[in-house]
Amino acid sequence: MTQTQEKPTNPIPQPQKNQKKNQSQSQSSSSSRSGMKLIVPLQGVVQGRGGLLLGSLIPCALFYFLQFYLKRRRSNHNPSSPSSSPTLLPRSSSRSNLSSRGSISRVRVSKLASILSKPDDSLYYLGLDRVSQDPFHSLLNPNGIIQLGLSDNKLCLDLIEKWLVKNLEGSVMGNGDINLSINGIAPYQPFHGLNELKIALADFMHQVMGGSVEFDPSNMVLTSGATPAIEILSFCLADHGNAFLVPTPYYPGFDRDVRWRPGIDLIPVHCRSTDNFNLNITALEQAFSQARKRGVKVRGIIISNPSNPVGNIMTPDMLFSLLDFAEDKNIHIIADEVFAGSTYGSEEFVSIAEVLDSEYVDKSRVHIIYGLSKDLSIAGFRVGVIYSYNKTVLDAAKKMSRFSSISAPTQRLVTSMLSDTRFIQEYIETNRNRIRQVRDEFVDSLTKLGIKCAKSSAGMFCWADMSGLIKPYSEKGELELWEKFMTVAKINITPGSACHCIEPGWFRICFTTISFEEIPLVIERIRKVVESCKSSN
Amino acid sequence: MSIEIEQEHPSVELSRIAISETHGENSPYFAGWKAYDEDPYHELTNPSGVIQMGLAENQVSFDLLEKYLEENSETSTWGKGGSSFRENALFQDYHGLKSFRKAMASFMEKIRGERAKFDPDRIVLTAGATAANELLTFILANPGDALLVPTPYYPGFDRDLRWRTGVNIVPIHCDSSNNFQITVEALESAYKNAESMNTKVKAILITNPSNPLGITIQTSVLESILDFATRKNIHLISDEIYSGSVFSCDEFTSIATVLESRRYKDAERVHIVYSLSKDLGLPGFRVGTIYSYNDKVVTTARRMSSFTLISSQTQQLLASMLSDEKFTDNYIKINRERLRKRYEMIIEGLKNARIECLKGNAGLFCWMNLSPMMENQTKEGELKIWNSILHEVKLNISPGCSCHCSEPGWFRVCFANMTQQTLEIALKRICDFMNNKDTKDIQS
Repeated sequence: MTQTQEKPTNPIPQPQKNQKKNQSQSQSSSSSRSGMKLIVPLQGVVQGRGGLLLGSLIPCALFYFLQFYLKRRRSNHNPSSPSSSPTLLPRSSSRSNLSSRGSISRVRVSKLASILSKPDDSLYYLGLDRVSQDPFHSLLNPNGIIQLGLSDNKLCLDLIEKWLVKNLEGSVMGNGDINLSINGIAPYQPFHGLNELKIALADFMHQVMGGSVEFDPSNMVLTSGATPAIEILSFCLADHGNAFLVPTPYYPGFDRDVRWRPGIDLIPVHCRSTDNFNLNITALEQAFSQARKRGVKVRGIIISNPSNPVGNIMTPDMLFSLLDFAEDKNIHIIADEVFAGSTYGSEEFVSIAEVLDSEYVDKSRVHIIYGLSKDLSIAGFRVGVIYSYNKTVLDAAKKMSRFSSISAPTQRLVTSMLSDTRFIQEYIETNRNRIRQVRDEFVDSLTKLGIKCAKSSAGMFCWADMSGLIKPYSEKGELELWEKFMTVAKINITPGSACHCIEPGWFRICFTTISFEEIPLVIERIRKVVESCKSSN
Repeated sequence: MSIEIEQEHPSVELSRIAISETHGENSPYFAGWKAYDEDPYHELTNPSGVIQMGLAENQVSFDLLEKYLEENSETSTWGKGGSSFRENALFQDYHGLKSFRKAMASFMEKIRGERAKFDPDRIVLTAGATAANELLTFILANPGDALLVPTPYYPGFDRDLRWRTGVNIVPIHCDSSNNFQITVEALESAYKNAESMNTKVKAILITNPSNPLGITIQTSVLESILDFATRKNIHLISDEIYSGSVFSCDEFTSIATVLESRRYKDAERVHIVYSLSKDLGLPGFRVGTIYSYNDKVVTTARRMSSFTLISSQTQQLLASMLSDEKFTDNYIKINRERLRKRYEMIIEGLKNARIECLKGNAGLFCWMNLSPMMENQTKEGELKIWNSILHEVKLNISPGCSCHCSEPGWFRVCFANMTQQTLEIALKRICDFMNNKDTKDIQS
């Protein structure tokens, strides 16, 4: 996003910066909806500087025309070294706190760092930023922005808290039952995770995924969250410049985890609402051969199942088709199953591991990602799993886990929590019930407002169709609606464009960050926007 | 490359990184560990086993930590006021807990005898210094570029700085003629060497106090390194992971102090790495930091730290411990004393075996010279002795070649990862070995 919008009359950022951005965008989406992004200088609008006209329309138009001009020049330009002029520093909230002892650098950073240091233009991350500047609090800030853009699970924190209080009795080092003596946890531990934790996680995964597939702890590498797990697998399965196919819409974080340091491209395989956004093998085939024609080497497919952001589950048949496809092309499958335990519908979740058991397929191409941030609500503790049948991948991943190890006291704590079978059983069931309760109520209320959601059976969000409210029926219209939700309704929801959805107007709304009692408040705020859209249309 | 098996479907390929050897785990540094793993010393159950002297871990001050945790169990679990447990469980903000960053900043200041100031908002948290060094490399250099690193250096750098980043290490050769100090000539020579290979140098990485030398870098040398970096317009990374393990507080000058004395001119090229693994003896906790004077680096590092976050539980626990001034003052003082005593003990013991060491003043190890014992002043000669020490004396020590030392015959010997009794036994074994050797020499 252009952060240089302080003077409405001079909104244009350095051309070179834009070119690089456009370049990466054109590489990333072979079938992006619009080759040019119309960036609305939101900051100016929000802060009321220059009013809607000066603050947004004129710089918007100028910017749009500049992109048009640059687009025609783009194909000839070869970006080499980063701009030698000092780039403007991102005006994030932390910047104002940095002591004056820092300075604008004359010494260069890497190309990767240059790209990363730019303000993030994904509305997913921008939305999170906006919430952090004005977060809703029922008592202290009732007019703040309600966070519905982060799939954190707050519904069962009381259970976790209760367990901790009961079992720790005031000491993180434990008492009797838990041996957390400093001599045990202080020294170097195996970077890829303590054996006891792997065993406990294998058991938890077995339970949470329906009890029909066994997981072998020796096929696991533990990491500080699922985020590094995805990155490490990317490093292991493909070289810089290769690509993974990814069905859209997809979790915005993949763009970071797979592209940034591993340098692997993500080629979208568009799914449609007519199929309820289910994966279409024909589309996969097309994407694969188009990539091949362009000379891009596809090394794997990355899916999330249950799907983020849609919330649908892949049937065993779909999984078989996917495996056949991967087998035929001799590529890998990365299956991110972090939402496996968050099912609420009548459909049962089937892990790809379960399907592998029954099918004669080269298991060495299948790798599963799991973690405790969603199903056990402890995102802060950073517990992620790489599960692979490929010994070479495991060996390499184990060595890489040294860069992303789980803190030892946390490993011990989580091990004992997972080993409390009664607590875990109670937790899994209660969690499912509460998610179902909130989800049903929320989706019902949305339906009453005329907003339909995609069919889903899992996850902490609903995938809502607001295409009827946007005008025009385009990414621009969607963006404007997102802005309306942010500024008028003061809720942060994730627009489909941030998830690379091919159809405009879809939004991911997370409902596990609010309580059941807060649903009416949220619905009321949404209703205001719905009505204002209807009246203006 | 994957092996082509004669069948319908060739097995699925992996990345070049996955199958490369750049992780470096085939060096003798790690081979010694293997020997230890197979036959580890235990004073009761395996008194003739291999004593591990190749692991730079600090176990001399555990009792202080234990005592603190016992006496402060409430605050260490739940923290002091403010954030509730719920926030803790979900807290995965890559800025890190403010209270923890504040505590780290003040701890780092204390270690430097308050001769430097640290701003908590310039601290980026990572899961260990290993991740911090790799992260900085990703940020400062492109694949194919190089970092200049003085030899001898920590063997792990080969992996941490090069493996996934694709960046090269060009050594700055140091030798015993001047106690392995870094000279401007050596810096220039390394830089020219890189140029001749058509490689762009992006940064210098120094470890201060040095691993494996166990000495602090003199202020004048730091100044000349910083001047060199400024002349060439490159970055300077100062890995100060052993800064709290200097035997005498006055003898350590941090690059932060040098910058302060220059009123932070040109500071934006300087970045400090720190961790609690050595000074606090908590490597299992995975706590590392990057402190950068460069705003862009701070912002970028923070974002990249998503791949290496520290558990909020650990941050909470350590925040209260490190902001307890009485505890930290006491800990730092006693830890230094105990390390110094250990160092004196090992030097004395080695002297009795007529073995000389570099005069050290920091760290968890000493830099031992066995070249008088070598038949050939070569790498092979060095490995030959290393092998006999590993298999006959049953001590795992690190040969200089694994640290890329250009002068054969030097070895790093760790002394802080064991009890005093175990150290005594290790010293006795060395003494016996040397005496036997002399006898054999006399006889032959």
